[in-house]
Amino acid sequence: MRVAGKGVIDRSKAVSFSFDGRRYSGFAGDTVASALLANGVSLMGRSFKYHRPRGVLSAGSEEPNALITTGTGAGQEPNVRATVQEIYEGLVTRSQNAWPSLDFDVMAVNDLAAPFLGAGFYYKTFMWPKRFWEAVYEPVIRKAAGLGALSGQNNPDTYERAYAFCDLLVIGAGPAGLMAALTAARAGADVILADEDSLMGGRLNAESGAVGHQSGAVWAAGIVAQLSAMDNVRLMSRTTVTGAYDGGMYGALERVNQHTGIRGAGAPLEAFWRISARHSILAAGALERPIAFRNNDRPGIMTAGAVRAYLNRWGVAPGKRVAVFGNNDDAHRTARDLAAAGVHVVALIDSRPDAVIEGATFPVFKGAQVCNSGGRKALESITIRTDSGEEALQVDCLAMSGGWNPTVHLTCHMNGRPSWREDIQAFVPTPGSIPDMTVAGACNGVFSTRACLSDGVEAARTALGALGRKAPAEMALPEAEDTPYALSPLWAVAGAGRAWLDFQNDVSVKDIKQAAAENFSSVEHMKRYTTQGMATDQGKNSNVAALAILADATGRGIPQTGTTTFRPPYAPVAIAAMGAGAQGHGFAPERHTTSHKRSVAMGAPMIEAGLWYRPSYFPKAGETTWQQSCDREVGYVRKAVGICDVSTLGKIDIQGPDAARLLDFVYTNMFSTLPVGRVRYGVMLREDGTVMDDGTTARLGAEHFVMTTTTAAAGNVMRHLEFVCQALHPEWEVSCTSVTEQWAQFAVAGPMARALLNGMLDKPIDNESWPFMACGDVQLGGVAGRLFRISFSGEHAYEIAVPSRYGAAAFDALLGRAEQMGGGAYGMEALNVLRIEKGFITHAEIEGRATAFDIGMARMISAKKDCIGKTMAARPGLVDALRPQLVGLKPVEPGGRLTAGAHLFEREAPAIRENSKGHVSSVCYSPELGMMIGLGFFAAGPARHAEVIRLVDHLRKVETEVEICHPVFLDPQGERARG
Amino acid sequence: MRIECPMCGSRDRREFYYQGAAVMLARPDPQAHEADWEAYLHLRENPAGPTRELWQHDGGCGAWLVVTRDTVSHQISDTQLAADVKRAMGKAS
Repeated sequence: MRVAGKGVIDRSKAVSFSFDGRRYSGFAGDTVASALLANGVSLMGRSFKYHRPRGVLSAGSEEPNALITTGTGAGQEPNVRATVQEIYEGLVTRSQNAWPSLDFDVMAVNDLAAPFLGAGFYYKTFMWPKRFWEAVYEPVIRKAAGLGALSGQNNPDTYERAYAFCDLLVIGAGPAGLMAALTAARAGADVILADEDSLMGGRLNAESGAVGHQSGAVWAAGIVAQLSAMDNVRLMSRTTVTGAYDGGMYGALERVNQHTGIRGAGAPLEAFWRISARHSILAAGALERPIAFRNNDRPGIMTAGAVRAYLNRWGVAPGKRVAVFGNNDDAHRTARDLAAAGVHVVALIDSRPDAVIEGATFPVFKGAQVCNSGGRKALESITIRTDSGEEALQVDCLAMSGGWNPTVHLTCHMNGRPSWREDIQAFVPTPGSIPDMTVAGACNGVFSTRACLSDGVEAARTALGALGRKAPAEMALPEAEDTPYALSPLWAVAGAGRAWLDFQNDVSVKDIKQAAAENFSSVEHMKRYTTQGMATDQGKNSNVAALAILADATGRGIPQTGTTTFRPPYAPVAIAAMGAGAQGHGFAPERHTTSHKRSVAMGAPMIEAGLWYRPSYFPKAGETTWQQSCDREVGYVRKAVGICDVSTLGKIDIQGPDAARLLDFVYTNMFSTLPVGRVRYGVMLREDGTVMDDGTTARLGAEHFVMTTTTAAAGNVMRHLEFVCQALHPEWEVSCTSVTEQWAQFAVAGPMARALLNGMLDKPIDNESWPFMACGDVQLGGVAGRLFRISFSGEHAYEIAVPSRYGAAAFDALLGRAEQMGGGAYGMEALNVLRIEKGFITHAEIEGRATAFDIGMARMISAKKDCIGKTMAARPGLVDALRPQLVGLKPVEPGGRLTAGAHLFEREAPAIRENSKGHVSSVCYSPELGMMIGLGFFAAGPARHAEVIRLVDHLRKVETEVEICHPVFLDPQGERARG
Repeated sequence: MRIECPMCGSRDRREFYYQGAAVMLARPDPQAHEADWEAYLHLRENPAGPTRELWQHDGGCGAWLVVTRDTVSHQISDTQLAADVKRAMGKAS
C-alpha cells in the first residue's frame, strides 16, 4: 500500500506493467518489487528446492527470493531480481520455478518430503546403481532443478563492450562515495562514480534522517547535481562494479536499457565496461542479514532496512500490521519510521534484555525473540518468546535485522581475506587487499551517516595523495545522524523446525549442523555439501550467519572458521554482455581477398584458412559433386592454365644491409648466395629442431627480399623474425614489414601460363629472361607489379603480384584470358591435389612434430653456417633412421580408399596402437593417376619404397593395403616446371 | 592487467603476446655443451615471486619486451625493450 507523502518516486507518472499475466500500475521510479508490494502482492516466487512460497527479502541486488523472468519469446531474460528491475510502460514479467502457477505449485510436495531431502541428499541417494546416473537421476534432477530458463533461441538483444579510464574510480554513491567523489573532483582528478542503483545516494534515499537542513535524498541529489556539472566527473548509475583485477582494472556492468522498452540496433540492453583506474575507493556499503528462526521465510518477512527503503524511498508500507525484530539499535529506526508514517507497528522485539529504546509509541519486547511464524502464502502471525512464555501476534509483515555485513566482496577478488571485527560482529576488508584501493564508509565498518561522510573525504585525501594531487584545504561536512551502532550477536533462534539461512538454496540451520556432524566442517566443504551461498545471490544475506553457526557447531571461533572465497562477478553478468559483439560475424574477424566477391559470384563455397576465406572450388553447370569440379580444375593446370588467388600467403618485406644475414639465420639453407632476381625455397626450424614453416623468398635487390610464408603461419613467422631481430640480434641493421595485405597475388599455372602472361604483360617474357625461379618487376596494363616464376603444382607456373587496389581487376583479367585459352580458376581442393601429386608439403605434414630429417630435407640444413634449430635438429633422436619419415602412398588395388589421419601398420601386425608405425597426413584422388594417393609418415619409410603395408582408419572403418612409394608422384625430374 | 610499453605507454594486456621466460635472450653458442642447449630450450624456473618474461606488443608497435612480473601478485615492476636488454647483455659479457 502506498503511504501518502513518502518516497522519491514520481507520482505524476503512472506506469503499467504485468506480472504473471495480470496488469499492475506503479510510478516512475518503482522497481517491480516496490510496485508489487504497493499493489499488495507479497508472493513473488518459489524457492529452489522445496518450492516454498517466497516474497521479497531485500530491496537491492542481493535479493535471493524475488527472481522473475522479464520479456517474452527469444529475448526473455531469467533470474532478474525484482528488487533491481525498474518498471517501464509495457514491461512483461512473470514468476519462475512454479508449475502450473505461482499460487499452486505441484513441486511444493518436495516441502513435505523435506525430512528426506536434507544436506547431502543428492550425494547419498543418487549413488547406485551406477548406470542409473545418466539414464534416470540426472534427467530427473535437471528437470526439477534450476531457476529461470532461457528461451533456447538466439538472443535478439544487442550488448556492448566499453572501456573507460580514470584517475579515481569511486564504487558506490552513498554518503561516503558521494563525498569521496566530490573531494577528488574538486582537486581536479578524473573521477568515475559508479553506482548499481538507478538513483544515486545509497541508503540516504532509504532513510528518514536529515543531512544538513535537507532530507538525505535531497542532499544526495544536490551533490549529484554538483558532480554532473563538472567536466572531470563521469557519473555511471545502474552500473555494478563486478570485479577487481590486476593492475587497476575493474569490470562493470551497466544496465543501459533494462529500464526502458527500447531494443534493437543502437540500443544495447547492457554494456560491459572495463575500467582502468589509477586508484579506487570502495564505498559499496553494507548488506543487512536476516535472523534464522522457524519459518522465517514467509512472504511478508523481510529485512528491517528493506522495509525502511520501501517506506522512505518508494512510499510503500509492506504491511498493515508490522512487527520489527532485531538484535541491534538500527532496527529501531524501522519501527519509528513506520510509526511516524502512520503504519500500525504491532511490536518492536529486541533480543537484548538491556536494549535502550526511548520514546517508543508502540509495544516493546526486550530480551524477546521471534520463534515461529504462521500463514502459508503470506505471513499471518508470528510467535514471540519472552521470559513469561510464548505469545502469538497477528502481523502481515515482519522486519528483521541481525546486523549489517560490510560489502567486502571486491576487496577479496585478488586473494584477499576479510578480517573479523568482534565489536560489529562482521567481516571488514583487510587493508591492502587490492593495490591502490581505499575502502570507505559502511563497507569499512563505519556505520553512522556522519562518519560515512567524513570517511569518504578521508578516503579521497588518501587517494589524492597517492595520485600526487593536492587535496582541497577543507571540505565542509553537513550535520547528520551520528549514533553509535550497538548489537549483540543473534544468528539463529533456538527451537525445533526449519530455520532458514540461505533462502535461495533452501539451506536451514539444521543443514549446516548436519554438515558439521558429518565432518564437512571446513567452510568450503560445508558450502559444497549444503549448497549454502550458491546461485545468483551467492549467499550475500546468509554466508556470515551460516559460518557463525558452523563455527558454533565445530567449537571454533568465527575468524578461525573463515569465509568461503569471494570471486567475481559481484552480481550476475550475462555472458551476452561480456561477449558483446561476438555473435555471428562478430565472433572472429574475416579476411577477404580481392577476388572474394568474384569467387562468391562464381558460386564457390568459401572455406576458412585461419581468418581468411578461400574458394574451395568453382562449380560449373552440370557438375553435381565437388569432386567433378576439382578434377576439372586440376585439368586446367595440367593441360592448359589455371588461376588461383594466393594472396593469403604471408608476405614479409625484409630490407637492410643485414637482410641476407637474417635469412641465413632463420632458414636452414643459404640465402646470402641468392642472386638478385632469383627466388629460393627455404625451410625454417624452431629452435628445438622441428620445422616451423616453409616458403619461397625472392631477392629483389642486394638488400631487399620478399619472404612468403604459409597462410596459417604468417603471424608466427612475422613474430619469430621480429624476435630474432630485436631480442637475439639487435645489432643487425634490418627491418621486417608485413605486406600481406598490400599485394594481391595470383598463381598462373599450367603449360599455357607464359602464353597467357604474354598477352597481358606490357613487355613479353621468355625462358631466357624468366627462367625457373626468376623474379622481378613487370608492368601489367600499366600497373607496376612483380612476377615470380615459382610453382606449387609442378607445372610451368608463375605468381604475379599487383598492389591490392588492382587485385580484383587483375583477377578478372587473368581469369578472362585463362577461360579463352581453355583454362579457368581453381580452388583449394584442386590446389591440394596438384601439390600432393608433386609431394609438396603443407602444414598437414609440418604439423609441429616433423623435423627436416622427417620430411627428407636434412640436407637443406647448411653445414656452412649456424641457423635457428640447427644444433637441436642434430640430436640423435631427431635423425634416427627409424623415425617415421615422409613417403608417398598408393593403394595396391586401384580402387582402394585412403584417408587422412589413418594409421599405418606392417602388413601382418594387428592394428593396435602399439603397432602403429606411422600415419597418413594428406590424401586426394589423382585424376592424372586415376586413383587415390596420399602422403604420410612411416618408420624408415624412404628405405622401404615398393613394399606393401596396411592402412587402418578405426574411426572411419577403412582398411586398405597400400604401397610405399616416393612422395613425388608426377614428373620426378621437375621438367614441366622448368620448360 | 596492463603493461607499460616503452614505446606506446600503458596498454591493456590483450594487446600483448606472451612468450615465456626471458632466458630466450641468452642463446647459447652453436658449439656449446648440449646441457646448455637443453637448459636454454627446456629448463625453466617456476618462481613464486618476481620473474622476467618476454612479451610482444603485437597488437601495437611490435616491440619485444622484457617484463618483470610477480607471479603471486601479478604486479609488473619493470618493462624494457628486449633489444636494449640484449645490447646490455652484450656489453656485460
